[in-house]
Amino acid sequence: MSLDEGYTTPDGRKIGAVVMEMKNITLRFGGVVAIENISFDIRQGEIRAIIGPNGAGKSSMLNVINGFYHPQEGEIWYKGAQRQAMKPHAIARQGIARTFQNIALFNGMSTLDNIMTGRLTHMKSSLLMQAIWKGPAEREESEQREKVEKIIDFLEIQSIRKTPVGRLPYGLQKRVELARALAAEPTLLLLDEPMAGMNVEEKEDMSRFILDVNDEFGTTIALIEHDMGVVMDISDRVVVMDYGKKIGDGTPEEVINNQEVIDAYLGVAHD
Amino acid sequence: MLYREAGDYKTTYTEDSQTFPIKLDRIGYYSVLIIAFLVVPFVINDYWANAVLVPFLIYAIAVLGLNILVGYCGQLSLGTGGFMAVGAYACYKLMTGFPDLNIFFCVILAGFVTAAVGMLFGLPSLRIKGFYLAVATLAAQFFLVWLFNKVPWFYNYSASGQISSPERTLGGIAITGPHTEAWAKYLFCLVFVFLLAWLARNLTRGNLGRSWMAIRDMDIAAEIIGVNPLKAKLTAFGVSSFFIGVAGALFFAVYLGAAEVGEAFGIQKSFLILFMVIIGGLGSIFGSFAGAAFLVLLPVLLKNVLVGGLGWQTDIAAHLEFVIVGGLIITFLILEPHGLAQLWRIIKEKLRLWPFPH
Amino acid sequence: MPEQLLFAAEVTLNGLMAGVMYSLVALGFVLIFKASGIFNYAQGVMALFAALTLVGIQDGQIPFSHLINTIFGTEMHDFGWHVPAFLAILLALGVMILFAIVVEKFILKHLVNQPPIILFMATIGLAYFMEGFGDLMWGSDIKKLDVGLPQGISGVIDETTFDWFGYGFFIDRLDIAATIVAAILVSVLVLFSQYTKQGRAMRAVADDHQAALSVGISLRFIWVLVWSIAGFVALVAGIMWGTKSGVQFSLSLIALKALPVLMLGGFTSIPGAIVGGLIVGVGEKLFEFAIGPMIGGATENWFAYMLALLFLVFRPQGLFGEKIIERV
Repeated sequence: MSLDEGYTTPDGRKIGAVVMEMKNITLRFGGVVAIENISFDIRQGEIRAIIGPNGAGKSSMLNVINGFYHPQEGEIWYKGAQRQAMKPHAIARQGIARTFQNIALFNGMSTLDNIMTGRLTHMKSSLLMQAIWKGPAEREESEQREKVEKIIDFLEIQSIRKTPVGRLPYGLQKRVELARALAAEPTLLLLDEPMAGMNVEEKEDMSRFILDVNDEFGTTIALIEHDMGVVMDISDRVVVMDYGKKIGDGTPEEVINNQEVIDAYLGVAHD
Repeated sequence: MLYREAGDYKTTYTEDSQTFPIKLDRIGYYSVLIIAFLVVPFVINDYWANAVLVPFLIYAIAVLGLNILVGYCGQLSLGTGGFMAVGAYACYKLMTGFPDLNIFFCVILAGFVTAAVGMLFGLPSLRIKGFYLAVATLAAQFFLVWLFNKVPWFYNYSASGQISSPERTLGGIAITGPHTEAWAKYLFCLVFVFLLAWLARNLTRGNLGRSWMAIRDMDIAAEIIGVNPLKAKLTAFGVSSFFIGVAGALFFAVYLGAAEVGEAFGIQKSFLILFMVIIGGLGSIFGSFAGAAFLVLLPVLLKNVLVGGLGWQTDIAAHLEFVIVGGLIITFLILEPHGLAQLWRIIKEKLRLWPFPH
Repeated sequence: MPEQLLFAAEVTLNGLMAGVMYSLVALGFVLIFKASGIFNYAQGVMALFAALTLVGIQDGQIPFSHLINTIFGTEMHDFGWHVPAFLAILLALGVMILFAIVVEKFILKHLVNQPPIILFMATIGLAYFMEGFGDLMWGSDIKKLDVGLPQGISGVIDETTFDWFGYGFFIDRLDIAATIVAAILVSVLVLFSQYTKQGRAMRAVADDHQAALSVGISLRFIWVLVWSIAGFVALVAGIMWGTKSGVQFSLSLIALKALPVLMLGGFTSIPGAIVGGLIVGVGEKLFEFAIGPMIGGATENWFAYMLALLFLVFRPQGLFGEKIIERV
């Protein structure tokens, strides 16, 4: 796995070069250390899982990746260049999209409008063009709508297109959130517990969508998940965190046999 | 089954996202336009123009403006009166400074001046949220009123401290000044209402509108998916203030004719416009009209019934108006936070099924 | 001491005392905000209503007499008795508690779980309602309020400062009384919230509604309690301001004075309300004294707001608020 050009997974998928690399990241809130000196990388086209007990700093790590938190120490390398501290919306424009642990949909808007917000980074008409509407703005809206409709078809949510998202059941809301992130056509997709609170059937559906996204669009995915079965099934490599530190990194098989990981999950006393 | 959408198929995305997707709504919309532009100007008299129609039209513009900021972008502002004053004084300075400038452009330019001032006072919204911002907009309200009161340049050093609009014509017809006829005032305001409502609809239907609503519904998530909060909030403040500035300019130049800033554009005005937004419906263009109409008509109606009909003293009627308006606000917020616009939608839903219950 | 400095010192002292009054009103806001998350815009109108009620009871006015006379053509105005100040204050307090119960029953109960902005707008509606209601009930003419508080220039201070500096400070005795009353009121409130069962319940609700509910605290009782206390604070503020400048509509505008105080001090901090009030009081008086004459005067109308606005841009959490860590 030391090859810079990537590797081939057991099921024959080609994984490319490193697209994002975190080097010695440390994040503190006042005196609390949320992330301590963590390094890991994410390769083009892979499904990378981040696991760990509650409060291990997993969500904080995603927040660092999309620029919502700024680490006090460490470097972030993205697409071969070191990334400067920048605002989350600028990072979104570099092709990083995400979903949230607690659903963060725009409740006052319909499913369609929610997914259309995912296209914002691709839309260009100016305030004046939109004020006039007829012409470029209307054309752009139709073009973008077409792309969004493809995602709606892909995730099989045609029937709830015009429903206000607040009225949707939990599982569907999760799916709409995924659709919104996909609409951005991201290079790197961050999923924060995409299957939390779902039943087995919904989990299977969601796993299938994640694999299909990775397969059809070639999207690189980093996900946080608690269901170890799912993690074992769909991820290529896994980072394990505990109390803000990295305690394991490797293929699912390697990680599951790591003594430190087993201790963390089975609750051996820290001293 | 008169009101229905069955058989009204859409074959393009453009058709699907049009303003009035249902045929009957389109017919209704065009009929209102025809009556407003071609019938009313011929039957209007001074009483209807001054007591009802002209204030309604002007308030509708201001309510549209505030609704963009509060209803669409979720930034509560209590500075509407102050921003209307900016529009009024900008219009006054333009009218007196450039006597040859067309009154139409004076009003538009006053809108742009207000937009700039609004964006300036909108800057803190990037750091301050919620109530803190609402209170911060009061800073704009009090500071602007004080400014126009204390700096004589703004009122051209007039002895009374008032501003009064000189006569300006459009195609030989007086639009401002004491000799303006009712229909001319009405039609001039109506043109602005029509243009600005169309503009508001366009701006709220596309990606700008969606980025406003995203900020309103969940600002952190909005920023993470790529909405630039600076741009979204400042455009909302700018567009909103443009509308409010135009309303202020018309309110002074066409409706009042002469104005004293504290009285015409005080904090009471800010609350009145906010109430119109709430009663009409947050985040609704139709609601903006409904709210303005409701709160313009209510006092007229009360006055006619209580003072004209029952012979009460005006001050009691005025107090009762406070009680009723305050009570209505609370009632609306409890029963239907989305205002008259939502009631209208519910009625339409029911109509769609009528006469069958399900 | 040079004369300018003496003037400034006098202005500062007066500012401090005006600041105490602001703190008093701000305190009412903070109490309600802490316990129910409601930003109660009607706090100022509550002070006006309380003062109107107090005067009405003292003078034995018949409530709604104006309205009744208009409808039924009668000619009645007052009961013809005069209620002693102490009893009248107790009765007015009773009215404010009744008001708290009505507000809880007809408004708050129905708006549980609504976004804060909706609740805020409901209190603006409430302010309008009460303004009209108070006028209908007691009439809208300016009234004199006198519950026996000392008034006029304080001779002792005037003479002492004259002996010291050769210049007598002008300090209103009412301001001194107000400062003492406000200090007592704040101490009592702090003691109440620290050492009584109800006080602890109030703080529990302020911390976390759900958790408080789950340990069996009645949210509705706490709301009535808090609004009653806020009504009491409003009554005290109403008495002070009403004695000073008469009971009239402008009294309700003191709420607007308290808002920048809240922005400075933070909406949830009692010490913040007090310190913020003092800063605003001193700041606006000194600014008017030093800069006012150069730019046309009457800067008190907006100075506090601009100060708070600029302050917040640099420190959004206010003076005593904790740094906000946002989460997703």
